[in-house]
Amino acid sequence: MIKKYTIILLVANKHGVLTRISGLFAKRAYNIDNLSVGKTNVEGTSRMTVIVECDDELIDQIREQLKKLVDIIEVETVMEKPAVMRELMLVKVKHNGDGADSAHVIEAINVFRGKVVDMAPESVIVEITGQEDKLNAFLQYMKGFGILEVSRTGVTAMLRGAKGV
Amino acid sequence: MSDKLTGAGIIVEELIRAGADKIFGYPGGSVLDIYDELYLAKDRITHYITAHEQGAAHAADGYARATGKTGVVIATSGPGATNLVTGISTAYLDSVPLVAITGNVATDFIGRDSFQEVNIVGITMPVTKHNYIVNDVRDLQRTIREAFRIASGGRPGPVLIDVPKDVQRSSVEYDGAVSFDLPGADNAVLDLKEAIKLIKNAKRPCIYAGGGVIISEASEELSKFAKVIDAPITASLMGLTAEPYYHDGFLGMAGMHGKYAASKAVAECDLLIAIGTRFSDRATGNKQKFLGEGRKVLQFDIDRAEINKNIRADAYVIGDVKKILSELIKSGGLDGINNKKWLDYVKSLKAIPENNIEHSDKSLPPKFVIESAKSVFGADAVVATDVGQHQMWTAQYYGFEKPRSFMTSGGLGTMGYGMGAAIGAAIGSGKRALLFTSDGSFHMNLNELATAVSHNIPLTIILFDNNALGMVRQWQKMFYARRYSQTTLNRKTDYVKLAEAFGAKGFCASNKEELLAALNKAKKLQTPCLIRCIIDSDENVFPMIPPNGTIDDIILK
Repeated sequence: MIKKYTIILLVANKHGVLTRISGLFAKRAYNIDNLSVGKTNVEGTSRMTVIVECDDELIDQIREQLKKLVDIIEVETVMEKPAVMRELMLVKVKHNGDGADSAHVIEAINVFRGKVVDMAPESVIVEITGQEDKLNAFLQYMKGFGILEVSRTGVTAMLRGAKGV
Repeated sequence: MSDKLTGAGIIVEELIRAGADKIFGYPGGSVLDIYDELYLAKDRITHYITAHEQGAAHAADGYARATGKTGVVIATSGPGATNLVTGISTAYLDSVPLVAITGNVATDFIGRDSFQEVNIVGITMPVTKHNYIVNDVRDLQRTIREAFRIASGGRPGPVLIDVPKDVQRSSVEYDGAVSFDLPGADNAVLDLKEAIKLIKNAKRPCIYAGGGVIISEASEELSKFAKVIDAPITASLMGLTAEPYYHDGFLGMAGMHGKYAASKAVAECDLLIAIGTRFSDRATGNKQKFLGEGRKVLQFDIDRAEINKNIRADAYVIGDVKKILSELIKSGGLDGINNKKWLDYVKSLKAIPENNIEHSDKSLPPKFVIESAKSVFGADAVVATDVGQHQMWTAQYYGFEKPRSFMTSGGLGTMGYGMGAAIGAAIGSGKRALLFTSDGSFHMNLNELATAVSHNIPLTIILFDNNALGMVRQWQKMFYARRYSQTTLNRKTDYVKLAEAFGAKGFCASNKEELLAALNKAKKLQTPCLIRCIIDSDENVFPMIPPNGTIDDIILK
């Protein structure tokens, strides 16, 4: 059965590590749904969150193949494990500048707990974080006003509780 | 005691320290400094120059397979580095420990499309266990130590170190005696319970041994284990020398061109015990049907990623297979097993006609060539092959007796592998090398004949000349209605003159008498020679289980 799996990786922040990981996915024909990367609090390490759609057997393969990469320190696949998953998105939305329409846009942004970070006569930039489905729902709603640009960071994830990756 | 050394000096000192006293390579602009240091250290380290960097990579590979040590190859930047790629890929697919050192343009010149600049780290990323570019001479010593550890540790493989020219030239304090905290050996306690349970419940166990048995030097344990559980031993191409051919319970290679008895035992067993093998599609045929009804698979491997990659395992043990096998035997958990009836049955298959296919009655059958070479040169030669029909015939008929005596490109299937590999294996083992090759493969890297001659390698080349790319032609015959597209060679190469032009001896054999005479002359030579064996272009490799087939589809003639 095809499911969505989140892989959390702790990697050595070395030359080419992102290429090694994306290269492994490419050469073994695994599809990446989402990939985000950033430094951690530990010097010389980065955390990566990779989301893949595959079956149970393949996720086992992906995890074991990743473990063989020298620059990977730890690999955890998140499926049933409790984890916090968030994504940040910037959306530029059109509004026609008259009071009623602007108010409607702002009201919707508030309902989704987004934040207006820039306002121009005919557009606003909204910053919004949350789970993927919330961001998707927000985009769906904003379509009515007219979306000018979208930039998403990709999902980043962390296990709940004291034990981490 | 610490001295100031250049990067190039550190490379040579660390190679010597790693036990790499015989290395292969080809000089060039970006490795001038390394070659200068090699010149100064020539009493402590011997460098063998080849005709082409690909040959050097294959030689380092052959050296590693024959000795179990890590092979080392050096090449310059740009084309020197890219010429290594086929050799590195060959080593990667067959888990051969190799350290490749390439020079690169100076760090200031990197990324500017400088003369002979190429991103070899990027190019070799998918075909190395790991690779490095060293941008600071202070990281060099540690990097080389790590590279050797990674290349030879766990499941071996190639590692590439790219060293820009300015890093080779800059100096730093160097202390050879310093030790580094490197990732160590895995000493995990083995859990054998599931394995023992499966083996005890099996009535028809069959061992399928791969190259991992040779890498882990577990041949003795393999024989003992097989005896304890009354299981026949079959092998993959890479596992062929794990068990001597003359052992009673050894059925030979299984798979596409395997022996009938071996493939039959694999198909009929109720427990397949796969040891150090990755279930290549050439060995399994149809993966869905490979497992059959109610059959179980027990897998021993050092690489966890091999579990369930190609074939689903019912149970597995991860670790060094030598350790796994000896602990299984010692555990006592297997005592009292009796599968004699099954073992007698599979052994009896060795005698049936299907398992003893005779070649054509043409004047020089390939089987006769290989069996004659074996009887003339015995078990003490190291044998290399190229890729194609001759490779399969060698696998089927040579009768290997000792591990590390067979160099063949199993995974990548590299035509042109054999010349370099035979040279490296002869240098590493100090033994005579036999190369079985063909008119197709030989033409790919015959330039290395020059290398064999200049280094006085005791090399006997047995070249099957069928005027065709035989294996491709065989597929065209069987699956493409005899449309022989580009496989009839019509080359006019005079192999005897060619050998002589390179400074080697050349012989030609078109019948059995001429072959035996040539082999006996070759045996007396301690220098390279070539025997051209003229064989019929319609000789086939049988048995053959067609791609994606099963034992029921086996073609015997």
